Formats: sequence, C-alpha cells, structure tokens
Amino acid sequence: MSGPARAPSGDETIPFTFDGTAYRARPGDTLAAALLANGVGLVARSFKYHRPRGIMSAGIEEPNALVTVGTGGRTEPNTRATDVFVYPGLVAKSQNRWPSLSFDVAAIFGLAAPALGAGFYYKTFFGPAKHWMRYEGFIRRAAGLGDAPTEADPDNFSQVAGFCDVLVVGSGPAGLKAALEAAEAGNRVFLVEQDAVPGGSLLRDPDSGLDPAAMIQRIEALGGKVLLRTTASGYWDHNFLTLTQRLVEPGAVPTNGFAQRLWHVRAGRVVLATGLIERPVPFAGNDLPGVMLSQAVRSYIRRWGVVPGQRVVIATNNDDAYLTAAAIIEAGAQVVALLDARASGPAAPAGVTVYHDARPAGATGRKHGLRKVTAVIGGSEQSFDADLLAMSGGFVPVSHLHMQAGGKLVWDEAAQAFIPGETPQVCETIGSAISPPPAPAVAPAGKAKKSFVDFQNDVSLADIDLAWQEGYRSVEHLKRYTTLGMATDQGKTSNMVALARLAEKQGVTVPQAGLTTFRPPFTPVTMGLLAGAGARNAGAHVRRIPLHALHEAHDPIWQPLGYWFRPRAYPVNGENLAQAALREAQTVRTVAGLSDVSTLGKFEVSGPDAAKLLELVCATTVGKLATGRGRYTFMLREDGFVFDDGTVWRLAEDRYLLTSSTGGADRMAGHLSYVRQVLRPDLKCSVVNVQEHYAGIALAGPRARSILAALTGAEPPRHMGYAPGTLAGTPVHVLAASYSGERAFEIHVEASHAEQVWQAIEDATRAEGGAPYGLEAMELLRIEKGHVVVGGEVDGRSTPHDLGLGGMLGKAGGFVGAAGLTRPALSAAGRNNFVGLVSLDGPIPEGGMLITRAGTSPQGHVTAAARRILEGGAIALALLQDGHKRHGEELTVSSPTRGEKARVRVTSPHFYDPAGERYRD
Amino acid sequence: MYEIACPHCGPRAQTEFTYERTVDAVVDPAADAHTAMQALFTRANPMGLDEEIWRHTYGCRAWMVLTRHRVTHVIEAVKAIGPEALA
Repeated sequence: MSGPARAPSGDETIPFTFDGTAYRARPGDTLAAALLANGVGLVARSFKYHRPRGIMSAGIEEPNALVTVGTGGRTEPNTRATDVFVYPGLVAKSQNRWPSLSFDVAAIFGLAAPALGAGFYYKTFFGPAKHWMRYEGFIRRAAGLGDAPTEADPDNFSQVAGFCDVLVVGSGPAGLKAALEAAEAGNRVFLVEQDAVPGGSLLRDPDSGLDPAAMIQRIEALGGKVLLRTTASGYWDHNFLTLTQRLVEPGAVPTNGFAQRLWHVRAGRVVLATGLIERPVPFAGNDLPGVMLSQAVRSYIRRWGVVPGQRVVIATNNDDAYLTAAAIIEAGAQVVALLDARASGPAAPAGVTVYHDARPAGATGRKHGLRKVTAVIGGSEQSFDADLLAMSGGFVPVSHLHMQAGGKLVWDEAAQAFIPGETPQVCETIGSAISPPPAPAVAPAGKAKKSFVDFQNDVSLADIDLAWQEGYRSVEHLKRYTTLGMATDQGKTSNMVALARLAEKQGVTVPQAGLTTFRPPFTPVTMGLLAGAGARNAGAHVRRIPLHALHEAHDPIWQPLGYWFRPRAYPVNGENLAQAALREAQTVRTVAGLSDVSTLGKFEVSGPDAAKLLELVCATTVGKLATGRGRYTFMLREDGFVFDDGTVWRLAEDRYLLTSSTGGADRMAGHLSYVRQVLRPDLKCSVVNVQEHYAGIALAGPRARSILAALTGAEPPRHMGYAPGTLAGTPVHVLAASYSGERAFEIHVEASHAEQVWQAIEDATRAEGGAPYGLEAMELLRIEKGHVVVGGEVDGRSTPHDLGLGGMLGKAGGFVGAAGLTRPALSAAGRNNFVGLVSLDGPIPEGGMLITRAGTSPQGHVTAAARRILEGGAIALALLQDGHKRHGEELTVSSPTRGEKARVRVTSPHFYDPAGERYRD
Repeated sequence: MYEIACPHCGPRAQTEFTYERTVDAVVDPAADAHTAMQALFTRANPMGLDEEIWRHTYGCRAWMVLTRHRVTHVIEAVKAIGPEALA
C-alpha cells in the first residue's frame, strides 16, 4: 500500500464529487483532507507546464491544489482545496487540464520546459503585432487558472459596519489568550479566525493547558464577538479593517440567501496573532504530488486522521519537523529517513533514522504519490524508497496585515525571516509571528531546473538564475520578469525562497536584496462580496420626480437624467420616438405645450449680501437686476471655462432664486457652498438648495400667455419677469423664461402640491389643442433656437466668448474665473467657436467631424443635430475653429464611425426667431 | 479609510466626507491671473504635513481644515471654518 489514506470509521457521511467521481467525507473535512482520505493525490495541473500537482499545505497558503467549486452562477474558480469545507453535494472540478486530469495533452509543455523559461513570452513575441495575434488565442487556452462562471450569481452579499476596542486576528494560542485577556479587562473584542474552528496551531499541536472551545465560550460570555470562517483581508488607514466572512462554503446554497458578509471594522487596537507559514525546500521534483509541507502532514494526521503517505522522508533545517516524525509514527506509518540539513539536532522519536548534513536533491513520482527520493548526505548521494516527502525550510511570519498597516519589518538572522517591527498604527503582532523558530540558511542540493520556488506560477530556481543572468537585479524586476509571487497565492510560500536565491546570486544578505510590498486582500475576495447590495441595481436608490406617477399614466418613453427619470416623449397612436417628438415640438411652436422641468438645480440665496455672493458666482451682472426681474447667467471655473448656466431671479429686495442645469446641480451646490463658506464666510447671506422642494412646469407656445392668464386670473409677467401667483388654489412662482424660443413660463410649485397644478395646466392646454412634451421635443426646440447645453456645447473647454456669450460678461470682473479668463490662450485665434450648420443635402450625423475636404484634419465637431420643426431641412449645432468668422463657408461633416456624410453651410446658431420677437406679446 | 473628527459631529468615516483642495490652492477671487494659476496648478505638495480643506458633505455639510500627514496619513488637527467659525 502507498499514497494517502484514511481508515474508514463509519463517519464518512458527506457525499461529494471531484471531476465527476463520487466520494464521501467526514464532517469537518476540508476538500483537501477528504481527497487525501480517499487516496486522491493528483488534484491539479500547473499553470504553465501542466505538471501534475497535489496538495502541498493544509491552509490558505496552498499554491497547487486550486479547484473550481460549485455549479452555475455559484461557480467559484481557483478555490484552494485546503480552504473549502466539504458539504453534502459539493461539486469540485480540477482546472487547467484537457481532456482529463490524469491524461493532459498540454503536459507536453513540461517536456518543452527548457524553452519556456522566464521571459519566454517577451523573447518569443518580438516583432509585428500580427504575430502576437496569431499566438494569443493559443496562449490564453494553454496557460491559465479556472474559468470564470458565465451565469449571474444568484446569492446575496451583505456589508456591515463593526466597531470594537480590540480586534484580534487569529485564534491560535497567542490570539486566544490576547482576546480573552482583553475581554476580561472590559473591552469590546472581535476575534477573527479564517478557519471553521478556533485553535490555529493547537489543532495540530494540542496543549493540555489551552482549550480553544472553552476560551471562545468565555470570550463570548464577556460580550466578545467571535467570527469564524472570517478573514481579515485588508488593513487600511486609521485602524480600519475589512473582514470577509463566509456564511456558507463556496458553491453552497445559503440558507437565508446570503453567501458572504463584508465587515467594515474600525478598531481601537489591533492584535495580529497571524502565526507562521512554512517554507518549502527547493529540490528537483519538489512540486510532485506526495511532496508536502511538514506541518501540513502533521495537521492531516492529527486533525483529520488522514495519513498522507506510508513511507515518509522528512527534510528539514529546524526542530519543528521532528514533531512531524512523531506524528507519523503515532499514525502507524514509517519514517524512512529524517534528513536534517544541520550538523546536529534534537533527539528523534524511536525508530526514526536521522541523517545530518543531509539535503533532498530530487524526487520522482507516480500518479498519487512519490516513488523515490534522492538525498545528498555529507558528500554522497543516497536514494530512499518513499511515497511522501515532508519538507520544512523554516518559517515565514504572516506579516501581510502588519505591512498593509504601514509597518516595518526586521530581519531575524537565526530564523532567516522578516518579523514585524514598528507600525504607525495602533497595532501589535504577537505569538509565533514575532518569534519564528531558528532555521539556518541551506544551499539547495538538487538540479535548479525542476526545483520549484513559486509552484503556482511554475517559477524554478533556474528561472531566478536566468533572470539574474539577464540583468534583473531588483526584486521588483525579478517579480515582473518571472511572475514570481503573483496570482492567487501572492507568493505566500515562494517569496522568501526566491529572495534567498536572489541574495545568494547578488552576494548580499537577504534584507539587502529587498522585499516586495504586500497589498490587500490577504486572500482572494469574490467580486460579489465587494459589490454587496449594489450588485442588484441597488447601488443608488431610485429618485422620482414629484410628477412621476402622473407621467406614468401617459405611458411615456422614459429617459434617465441626473438621478431621475424624465419623460422623453409621450407617443400616441403608435408613434415612434422621432414622430412623437416632432409632433410635440410642432404643437409648442403653433399652440402650446407643457413639460416637466422639476429636476433643474434651484437655489434660494437671501440676505443683505445675497447679490454680492451671486456676483461672485455668476459671470454676468446681477446687482442691477430689479425686483421681479430675471436674466440668463452662466458660471465659470477658476480657470476661466464655463461650467454651468441657468437663470437668476430677484424675488424680493434681498432674496434671489438661482437655477442651474440638472446634471450639474450637485456640483453647483458644492460650488455655492465653497464660495460662501470658504471664500466669503464674512458675507451676510444664506444659500438653500431648493432643487427638490419645488416642482417645475414649463408652459410654452403662442397661447401659453392666455392659458396661464386664465388659470391664475392675473396678467402673467412679461418675458424675463417674475410674479408670485395662485394656480388651482396653490401658491406658485411664475418665471417668464423661455428655453423653446416661444413665449414661455416656468411655474414652480411646492413638490407636494405639484399634481393638481400640472393637471390644471394640462387640461387647459389640451383644451386649446396643446399637449405635454418631453425631453426629445425640448431638444429639437432648443437646437432650433440655438441655446447651449451643459455637457454639449459647454464641454469644459469653452469660454464665454467661444459660446458667443462674451458680451454678457460682467464688465467689472470680480467673479470666480475672471482672472483665469484673462490668460492669452483663452482669447487666442483658432479656438473652437459655437456655430450653426445648415445641411445642403441629407441629415447631419451627430458627433461628426467638420472637415474642409476629404483627407484633411478635423476643424471642429457637431454637438447636436436635428431637423427644422415646421419647415423641412436638417440643422445642427457645432464647435468650429474660428467659427464666429466663418459664417457662410461650406464644409463637410464626416462620421466615419457611422459611415455618414453631409455637406453643410456654417451659419449663426440662432435658426429660429433670432430677434426674439416671439417673446413679446 | 480615514477616521475624521468632524468638529461638529465627532469621529466619522471618511466616506461621509469629500476632499476639496489644499489650503494653498484656494484662489482669492481678486488675485491676478498669474497668482491664481500658480495657486491652482503649482502646489507645495510636501512630503509631510499639509493643510487640506474637507467637507462633511454626507453629514453636517460643514467645511473644515485638516492638518494631515501625507505619508503616514495621521490627522494631527481638524479646524472648523466657515461663517460659524468666524462668529
């Protein structure tokens, strides 16, 4: 008998499958333990060479045994077999093999390994891009990890905030003691453990003085929170940590719908009791199934009753592996040889032959275990018939969180390890992570080619040597050239072995060779957990305008606008969008229409210094505005470019209303607050954001005035005038502003009373032959009128002069952006100016480039295109180099992406009623 | 994620705040173009303590100046600014 095994106890009650074969596990088994118990040693194929790989560790550091767990949307690729606990019905599949794990065609790469060394891709794919295109598909198929699932994850993921005085990471002996001590001192304690059971190393090396279950009970009784199956995956600023909690195992169906929970924890103090990870030993064939870390062998025997091999060779440079020898004897297996690289060591258990000055040089294997181990003992080689090699190359403190916290590392020469030192945060590391056992440096004995360092990325000692030979001196360069320490395990087992080799090559000490930085997350985190509730369209709540329900009754075409939805058009009798929009726009031009403009930014500015504040924000003159009057205005950034526009109204002596664009409303709110609070805290005024306090209804068209007069019983204000009024028994603000080019009004009403006002206006408008109109008709109207829109013509690069608004600038200056505007480049020749375009043939493609003739560089672009509303013909708005001076010129609009072209003539952008006669009654 | 001690609300998570700019990038509206552009585009950016303007946007909405270390991220002081702070 050889290979991994476990004597049945009758407890094998949990059915699961691996690559379609049915097996049974005991409660508490990890997938790795269950596979070994069933004699399965070969579980994966390596990333690059497709070499057979087994289970190397018993923890999250596992580089080899990556499997895909679950089915459908619950599929989780690249799950470590050592980090998933078997549940009934678990479906696991091996990865990176075809057609099967035991017969993998691509294993031929292994034979070609000498040609596939470090930098292979860089060296091979020199030359034109088309060569790369030829190889790419092949490479993508050949090299890789598991496949991402194609279906949506049906599960939910929750995110919660947590606060505690003391957060302890790790429930090994040190962590348990620290957590209990802190809880007894009256602190709110969180104890986090990534395993499903507490105890850490106690699960492998029990201590009669420490009972994890009893200590956990005591911590919980004192009010502490113990989070099992929870990983502290990120340590951020100011003692903020993210914890990822598995509520069910990967691929399992959660009982309450939630698969995982992400904790955002702010801790008063953090205690890291994160322990050690064992270092592998480099020798030829050290990646084969049947080569395991020494402590992992002990864990499988003591915790799961699994004996990973029957004839075991142990290779070590430290005393800890002698405990493994004892465990193997206890389990009834045989220790063929204990190879100790040191000249002397502790007493070995009875029946164990110890060889000193002995190092493993090579191993050969069969499918699920080893066949033979070769060692260099003293100066001579010796072979052993063995099916398992338990290796220990020393220990690496788990300092990831410490480093994420900004902590420094200190070199421990005796242990050949970096241990956590100072940290800028309120955090300390305790336990074995700061006291790793002594383990001297040992020169590798085997051939470098197959002495693997990074198992997950197939990086061997030879690759490191090659990188060195080719001039890669820095550890950062080494990492990038060889891919060492990348992928899902982030070099947990490989970094120190590689660093030791690099230091040896450089002839420097390990700390002089440097170390790459650890970044979050500590172990891989699934995307669903990070998305949380946002995964299901709940990232932002849906905001409804006050008249949403009323519009819905008309079954409009909706359009997202800012945070809201607004009707784009109200089609009737089977109209499409274009037909409905044209009808609505024609109705506005000939009769009257009403539209919802509730989402406009609205700010009430009041107080004795209200005008002073507005004159700082607005680039137009405000101070001279008479009470009951309003005007168009625009605002500049500090660098002189226009960033928003709107209207400003003087409602009373010291009270103004400022409106701004929907999309820019938040930005404007922030800007107003900045100007008022930071630039001019001395002003006596207040700014109140009333955007959602008021609903806004636009009423436009030749009959708008008479409709409104009948509804309010008062003569409406003249163009750009303001008057308070009453409509449908409700107080309203009437602002005579026009966006459409017709005589028009904005009626602002408190949001809670908006429905009755809209209904009254709609009824009266329909009675005259009018109708509601949506955003699409509004766009047709404003393009024909030549109004700019923020985000269209106002694109963050346009000055007031570019937009033809230069004449409105406040002459006295003093507003935000006035200084920036004086920069020479902002008035130089060649700037893009706002113009109109009239088509000389077909429709004008929106977004098209303006060119003089084919093959020339674009001189501008079309920002918005439309058709004339009452007569025929296509028009557009555009930004054109020196456009103000080019009216009358003929150009071509070309849109290569749409494959469309049109001949156009440059004109003024004001196609409709340029003199503004239609505003007058 | 920082913990910022809002002078009005107490310690709160950084997600409640928005960063505005450093104090040396505040442009006096009366400044000439050169001075204004210098302030906007050539900031001191020290490798150490700097003064930054933040706003408790998703809290009390007040503005404040943080004295923050740009390497360690330690916030040494938080000072309220705005009309109320003048009173």
